[in-house]
Amino acid sequence: MKNDIDIDIRVPSHTRYLRMIGRIGEEVARETDCPEGIRETLPSLLAIVLTEGVVNAIKHAHSADSEEDLHVRINVSKKDLVVRIYDNGIGFDLDAVPNHSLNSNGLEEKGRGIFIIRSLMDTVKYIRSNNTNVLEMRKSLA
Amino acid sequence: MDLKTENMEGVAVLFVREDRLDANNSEELKTELRRLFDSGTKDLVIDLKEIHFIDSSGLGVLVSGYKNASILHGSLKLSNLQSQVKSMFELTRLQRVFDIFTSVDDALQSYR
Repeated sequence: MKNDIDIDIRVPSHTRYLRMIGRIGEEVARETDCPEGIRETLPSLLAIVLTEGVVNAIKHAHSADSEEDLHVRINVSKKDLVVRIYDNGIGFDLDAVPNHSLNSNGLEEKGRGIFIIRSLMDTVKYIRSNNTNVLEMRKSLA
Repeated sequence: MDLKTENMEGVAVLFVREDRLDANNSEELKTELRRLFDSGTKDLVIDLKEIHFIDSSGLGVLVSGYKNASILHGSLKLSNLQSQVKSMFELTRLQRVFDIFTSVDDALQSYR
């Protein structure tokens, strides 16, 4: 791959767009030139982290009556995959989310999304600021 | 959401006839599970043959159903997990919680 892929997605803040966003992620992953061990799993990995991140933004970061669009950015370089999901809501404390499946009997109904993202990506940050928060998820492709 | 429930050998078998179980449709499954339990169902098999994508919301609804079945001294078992679904169960270690079968027949066999 000579150049990076950089895709910006803006859709209304609604779960009905999850399928579309997931499919875009799968297509991006298929176009990514990465080592064999990663190539097979990257489409489904990207689809799930996009879904979990977007749902998190809809449920926790955007206010319930939000008219703000969802803003998702996917960047793939030779080095790594970076997904950023932006929101303008009150945000949440990523560090306060319990490490779900390690501290429990596995029977919680909620809180599994961030655990899934943390399990599949190398680094996960939630950067809060006055105007726009961003959930940044990064995975090495080297 | 396209759901179909059949009574097979005294066990309710719920076929989820969608390709995804995610935050956009999982509440509908939760409502149907509640309806089944409220109407006296105790033993339930959920067939996920057509589901090729599940997220944490979908998993959460299945966990909720599992707990409700246990409270009623019944059971909720799963059949026909496709590869992405299986991976998600393994990642979240839920394969240790649920009884998972390769087919509806195998799941029914476990009740005989």
